[in-house]
Amino acid sequence: MNWHLPILLGKLDSSSTEEIIKRVEQTTLPGTKVPASSIEHVGADSWAQFYDSSYWFPEQASDFAAPVDNLFMYIFWVSLVFFVVIVVAMVYLCFRYRRKGQEINPEPSSSHNNLIEIIWSVGPSVFLVYMFWQGATTYFETKTPPPEPEEIVVTASRWNWVFTYPNGDSSSELHLVNNQPTRLKMQSTDVLHSLYVPAFRQKMDIVPGRYSYAYFRPTKEGQYRLSCTEYCGREHSKMRTVAEVHPDEEHRRENTQWIKEEYYPWKNGERIYKINCSGCHKINGEAATGPALNLLYSMKKRPLMGGGKVTVDADYVRKSIEYPAADVVEGFGPVSKMNSFLNKLSQDDINNVNAYLQKLNDPSSVAGGTIETGLRADGE
Amino acid sequence: MVRLKRACGQTANKLPDETQQRQRQNTVAFKLKKVTTMATAETRNKIFGTPETNYLNCTKGWKSWAFTLDHKRIGVMYLVGVTIALFLAGAFALILRSHLVKFDSNMLSYDRYNQMFTLHGAVMVFAFIIPSIPAALGNFVLPMMLGAKDVAFPRMNLASFYLWIVGTMCLLGAILFGGGLDTGWTFYTPYSIETETGVIWATFGAFVLGFSSIFTGLNFLVTVNTMRSPGQTWFKLPLFLWSLYATSIIQVLATPVLGITLLLLIAEKTMHIGVFDPRYGGDPVLFQHFFWFYSHPAVYIMILPGMGVISELISVYSQKRIFGYSFIAFSSVAIALLGFLVWGHHMFTSGQSPLVTLIFSAITFSVAIPSAVKVFNWLATLFKGSILLNTPMLYALSFIFLFGIGGLTGLFLGALSTDIHLHDTYFVVAHFHFVMVGGTLTALLGGLFHWWPKMFGRMYNDFWGRVSCALVFIGFNVTFFPQFVMGARGMPRRYASYDPEFQIFHQISTVGAFVLGIGILLAYGVLVYAARYGKRCGSNPFRAASMEWQSSSPPDFHNFIHKPTVNDPYDFDSQVYDEELDTYLPREYADPAKTPPRKEPVHH
Repeated sequence: MNWHLPILLGKLDSSSTEEIIKRVEQTTLPGTKVPASSIEHVGADSWAQFYDSSYWFPEQASDFAAPVDNLFMYIFWVSLVFFVVIVVAMVYLCFRYRRKGQEINPEPSSSHNNLIEIIWSVGPSVFLVYMFWQGATTYFETKTPPPEPEEIVVTASRWNWVFTYPNGDSSSELHLVNNQPTRLKMQSTDVLHSLYVPAFRQKMDIVPGRYSYAYFRPTKEGQYRLSCTEYCGREHSKMRTVAEVHPDEEHRRENTQWIKEEYYPWKNGERIYKINCSGCHKINGEAATGPALNLLYSMKKRPLMGGGKVTVDADYVRKSIEYPAADVVEGFGPVSKMNSFLNKLSQDDINNVNAYLQKLNDPSSVAGGTIETGLRADGE
Repeated sequence: MVRLKRACGQTANKLPDETQQRQRQNTVAFKLKKVTTMATAETRNKIFGTPETNYLNCTKGWKSWAFTLDHKRIGVMYLVGVTIALFLAGAFALILRSHLVKFDSNMLSYDRYNQMFTLHGAVMVFAFIIPSIPAALGNFVLPMMLGAKDVAFPRMNLASFYLWIVGTMCLLGAILFGGGLDTGWTFYTPYSIETETGVIWATFGAFVLGFSSIFTGLNFLVTVNTMRSPGQTWFKLPLFLWSLYATSIIQVLATPVLGITLLLLIAEKTMHIGVFDPRYGGDPVLFQHFFWFYSHPAVYIMILPGMGVISELISVYSQKRIFGYSFIAFSSVAIALLGFLVWGHHMFTSGQSPLVTLIFSAITFSVAIPSAVKVFNWLATLFKGSILLNTPMLYALSFIFLFGIGGLTGLFLGALSTDIHLHDTYFVVAHFHFVMVGGTLTALLGGLFHWWPKMFGRMYNDFWGRVSCALVFIGFNVTFFPQFVMGARGMPRRYASYDPEFQIFHQISTVGAFVLGIGILLAYGVLVYAARYGKRCGSNPFRAASMEWQSSSPPDFHNFIHKPTVNDPYDFDSQVYDEELDTYLPREYADPAKTPPRKEPVHH
């Protein structure tokens, strides 16, 4: 629907596409592309095509798009039928039984009927159960990535996006490879943000102080709008960038403006470990002031002081660095001897340490290089 | 104390005999009671005719209003207050919509835009919608529907109004003294902790407004429990009272949680206690849990009284007993209770555990059922009625239309996978405006047109009333329907600039918003004009059967100068037309010679 209300729009109408793109660039993240679909809707675009899911939705660019759209259209039709029945009944009854003249003469009729009421209370629930079930099924699929997806670290801050890839390089646009399952590991350096790619039908809040994850598998090449959908202050609406789906890895490597990194993330982690942690934590399996770290990721659950167990994952490591007193490992208590590194290590530092700990446990689980050098080979 | 005792006179059978005797001698009711069996024209005129003195003119001077304990005057003052809040927040909305006409508009700076939508939301929610129907209409009508003199705690009632003023002033003080407010009405942490705008002013304002709300709720609970007329059992209460009762339960139980949460937020902001701020070990999502634990039930504080108003209007203007009384009554209670268990559906994308999310989605769907029950029952009430399509009825019908859309679009948001896509987009904005504005505001306007002749003793111009309804209805749909489309296409909320693909929808929406604004202004214009210049009307022009219509219009300071007849609020045949007074009277008071015989009551 590429038309505008003339009175309100004035000069805008005459703008060429290039001018419009320039104006969009002014209100999005500097240096990011403007996807064509953000200028004009792709798909059915006339009110008369309301029955078509492409009227309601942006392009389908991930494997969740189809089930989400189908459920939406299912709810849409069920609602429409109920709504039309309600409105037609209302209009008909008001016309049929309207008061003529001054005479008030309602016809006698019953004022309750338990059977009818139970039918119309319970009957529609059948549709509700189906909606709930469909919705929940797809939702759980979006929460369950296949083993070993590509993990991209997303750092949201006011008002910027940084996407860091397994080899340590970053970009301010999200670059993906078609058909590659991708898991975003997201962190915020300040307030709440939320990552939303309408074409993927995926959205997840980014909460400071913890990681949150979003999973999807892009299925269509192209550029799609990526926005922040949790209000984050002045330039909230400027936190718009692009998710670009490339046909293959090579295409992505060559067509992305990379912010290069010399070392693999885990190598940076090793350095941070040596400076900050190695005094108390050994990596040869021996307990010192604190427990050894090389075995950390080999255990799923870890026993704590005073009973109880904790799941070993990135959030646990982060919490242990920032709030050492929270989960004290069995045999190292009763209270923690460690100082907090909250606000001393950055979000990125902690991510790097995490990568290093994973690499120590299983060198093949973390991308890039051997444990000796960690230097990135050219072109990788 | 004397006043209170007199009010308690309505439950005279519970008082000791001696007090009872003395009170009877002191009230007019006793003298008149004997005459009722063969009421003379003189008696009729005295009770139901246009009174020389009424609650509006019985005392004069600003003090007589500022220190009044009369629930009717407090209701009128509340009405004036919430209307000012409505116009203020409505003006903010029109400024926002004007800004959004262009995708890269610079009419407002980013900061100014953020402050505008925050104030629009905060003032609308805390200062307008929550007190609108309960505190303005409810205050006026509730005691009269019980045949009571006043609410149980008149001083608390007045205190509630003053707290409302203080709270609203603090909220607005954020603009004047706090340098604005830019957190969104939800005050999400940690942004609200970090921002330097007037969060403390605003949250303190909301805290005080919370107390105002609790006072009203508590008052209504006690009043309905203890001050019903003798013989007025729970199932003889008008459905408006059931919905107010359910609302009051929520107000009393949920609002304290908001109060505590906002105090914790202030403490976090000033003393860094580390509850919500992750830098000190707090959890920002905890704030969302606390906030929505109140604010979801608060949604029902907003909509339940509206539903109660609609139940009255549909029944009165169809002149038919409401269909399925007990189902409607219990659905209000069911909504109030289930409303406490669904707060997590505001947080499907916040990172709460998937299992919790699943449970909240399931319970959310269950709330759909009692809401649908009400709609079906209203429709069934129309069947075989004698339907008068005047202004309040048209508002009631547009409520069913708009609330229908608002309710049904809730299904898209209750289902998990679709909600992930639609969450925090304009789809949500459109959904809750259909419920809050299309529902509550429409019901408020319908209720005002319904009770206006009672409140001010004068009839409004029905033609212009209907025009206002048409403008509100059309303007509303034009404003918010396009927002469903842009939301589904991925337009996020709270954006000062947006992608050009959405521009056309924003423009249509803006045009609609101005039509809606004109419609609301016209509605209030018609009402205010009527209060001053309208044609005098009798005590019961619409042939309603609930007890408030047995007083004169406007009511006497004491509400009733006789003992009102306790009858079934939906038995309209109990009211007969009186030519002399040009109004409807209870059968007991009508001239037996001109009274048509009782129709066979239909029950089974």
